[in-house]
Amino acid sequence: MSVTIALAGNPNSGKTTLFNSLTGLNQFVGNWPGVTVEKKEGALKDNKDVIVMDLPGIYSLSPYSLEEVVARNYLLDERPDAILNIVDGTNIERNLYLTTQLLELGIPVVVAVNMIDLVDKKGDVLDVEKLSRRLGCDVVRISALKGTGVREAAEKALEATRRTAAPSPAFAFSNTTERTLSSVAGLMKPKPGQEIPKGQKRFFAVKLFEGDEKIVERVVVSDAAALAAVREKAEREFDDDAESIITNERYTCIAAIVEECFRKKSASRVSASDKIDRVITNKWLAFPLFALVMFLVYYVSVTTVGAWSTDWANDGLFGGGWRLFGIGTADYEAAVEAFDPTSGAAEPDSAGFGLWIPGIPSLADNGLQWAGVSGWLRSLIVDGIVGGLGAVLGFVPQMFVLFIFLAILEDCGYMARIAFIMDRIFRKFGLSGKSFIPILIGTGCGVPGLMASRAIENDRDRKMTLITTTFIPCGAKLPVIALISGAIFGGEWWVAPSAYFAGIAAIISSGVLLKKTWLFSGESAPFVMELPAYHLPAATGVLRSAVQRSWAFVKKAGTIILLSVVAVWFLSSFGFEDGKLVQVEDLGDGILAHVGRSVAWVFAPLGFEDWKAAVATITGLVAKENVVGTFGILYGFAEVAEDGAEIWGSLAASFTPIAAYSLLIFNLLCAPCFAAIGAIRREMNNWKWTLFAVSYQTFFAYFAALCVYQYGMLLTTGIFSEGTAATLALTVVFLFLLFRPRKDAFRSVKTKLEAV
Amino acid sequence: MLTLKDVQCEQTARVVKLEGNGAVKRRIMDMGLTKGTEVYVRKSAPLGDPLELNIRGYELSLRKEDAGMVLVELLDK
Repeated sequence: MSVTIALAGNPNSGKTTLFNSLTGLNQFVGNWPGVTVEKKEGALKDNKDVIVMDLPGIYSLSPYSLEEVVARNYLLDERPDAILNIVDGTNIERNLYLTTQLLELGIPVVVAVNMIDLVDKKGDVLDVEKLSRRLGCDVVRISALKGTGVREAAEKALEATRRTAAPSPAFAFSNTTERTLSSVAGLMKPKPGQEIPKGQKRFFAVKLFEGDEKIVERVVVSDAAALAAVREKAEREFDDDAESIITNERYTCIAAIVEECFRKKSASRVSASDKIDRVITNKWLAFPLFALVMFLVYYVSVTTVGAWSTDWANDGLFGGGWRLFGIGTADYEAAVEAFDPTSGAAEPDSAGFGLWIPGIPSLADNGLQWAGVSGWLRSLIVDGIVGGLGAVLGFVPQMFVLFIFLAILEDCGYMARIAFIMDRIFRKFGLSGKSFIPILIGTGCGVPGLMASRAIENDRDRKMTLITTTFIPCGAKLPVIALISGAIFGGEWWVAPSAYFAGIAAIISSGVLLKKTWLFSGESAPFVMELPAYHLPAATGVLRSAVQRSWAFVKKAGTIILLSVVAVWFLSSFGFEDGKLVQVEDLGDGILAHVGRSVAWVFAPLGFEDWKAAVATITGLVAKENVVGTFGILYGFAEVAEDGAEIWGSLAASFTPIAAYSLLIFNLLCAPCFAAIGAIRREMNNWKWTLFAVSYQTFFAYFAALCVYQYGMLLTTGIFSEGTAATLALTVVFLFLLFRPRKDAFRSVKTKLEAV
Repeated sequence: MLTLKDVQCEQTARVVKLEGNGAVKRRIMDMGLTKGTEVYVRKSAPLGDPLELNIRGYELSLRKEDAGMVLVELLDK
């Protein structure tokens, strides 16, 4: 028979590291049903019958955060056989606060005091036996990072699952509070046909006293007036509300326990971490350092290592071919150098040097030709499927490098400092400092960026972040920028930065504008965040996180990109002739071209009525980098480089610079790729909000591109057309929405006054 | 009365009472900022807000707006 152990603990307590070392590679990552919180479970390494359930990192079991509600519903409804509660030994007081709540659930608890090596190193002494007696549960010393005590913790938890007697906490609140809680317990009855599980009476009494609405539903109160009277009496006595009375009692208890069991060696307030922090969040150094870190991340992950690996994947593995370990490359280059085209000798063949390994497309093509596969099927496999796979996988190396950096930043504690130093700026437009993290990750890929919005507790802030995150150019939009920049603007330096600037401007103005609508009015979210101590990130944890995120990209985006490439291949190479579906010679006769022609008029005010642009924009909705590939296919190239260098000439001939820039802006800001839309849908957990987000983004993009083209034309030609007039009118509306006073300003002041 | 917002950097204060109600107050208290707790105001963020506090041996950041809900008395240290 299998047993379940729930792993619970504060964020930053080393819970993920412990989970990884308990389960190894036997992990399953999913979502809690109906909500957006990540759910991880795995089998214990040396005992596959034991399931370890990783609960979200939480500070409390309050009803105010999604993670906390998910965790406590799981603990109450699924009733795991034991709880392994990981506690950060270097921050024991606040960590034990959750422990006091877990101990009331009537489920056996084993407390694992983590980072015990750091505690010992500091010279502090923790009396584990005493702590165990005072809490009323087993306590073990572990270091999740070094792997010490992990096996013992698992064994103790397993042992605890076999206990039959319902556990109960060994500590008690003040006499007054205990009396109050017993009166509350006396008024409590189980719902008809149910019973309150043994050992959970205290939990329900506390929650009933606190007036926790989500828990109160689970029991029946025999005399509501009496309950109110009990609560009122206590609130008068303590001059505080019921929730605060309990919180105070818990911390008072913990302070007494810690006093008894924990000996601090020195009272020094300045740790190594504090010294680091003095520099990192220093008034003058914080922003230069932040810029430096961001520059390093992008220099390595996008410009150097990322570019090399992506080039290899695109031009080698999914291109013509590559040399194993680069052997023979120097000889080939020397031969090319020495080659004289006028000599009449054969040009040196790249494949003739070193250990040449042909690319997958040519391998597949040769193989299929040898097997005698018909032309259209070969085209489907080589151009459609293999090309599509290349589009997905070619992007992965760069993404993997970026994810390694992000995992390091998260793990070492710098992410929290980013939120700390950026909060002042971000909350001005309705976002929290934590919104910076999704937007930052969004520069790599919108999908994990959107998923990172989970770190934001407040629902409104999270929604706002989900709507605006994909405005920032993601990695897949870079080829589009490179295409327009190279083809039309001769690779001028300002094109790429201006794309980022447009993205940032879109985020800021949307934040300000949306915050003033009825959808987002009201007081902003509390920003109460732990700044964890700095520490060196663990290599295995970082790698695992990068692998999981990259895999999520391949899984979530891969099928969509692949299908779209196949669909584009089909729609553009087939058309109707005399009412029959046939393979067409000219792409202009294909189905996609007809679709493009029928919607092209929509884009006329933006300056690109060309059906090719309309088609590219449509396929861009499937995946942004497809814009380049689609232009390539439409201009008659089976495959183009990432920046579409082959079609620069054709593009420059069909677009004016203003129209091209308008096309770029529209493609950068409009609805993101379907994978990202899927991520928005998952995070919003609501189709209506998803539709709102996507339509808002598309309208915003249309407006921005309209401004670029119409004002651009006005400035360059001096002609004031109907289009200019309409744009001007829209601009006035936009500015009004942006700068009107907040409607709820008075109301929120009033509520604040009432609260005082 | 003095609130946590008014405490200068590098000063220590003791929490007397928490104003307000609901989610924000509960969250602040859950993080250990309860009646009688000693709070050391380590610094403010480079742009002046939020604050970095040291309570119960760890670092917590709190916006000045929310810090205004925490009534305190100064401690001479």
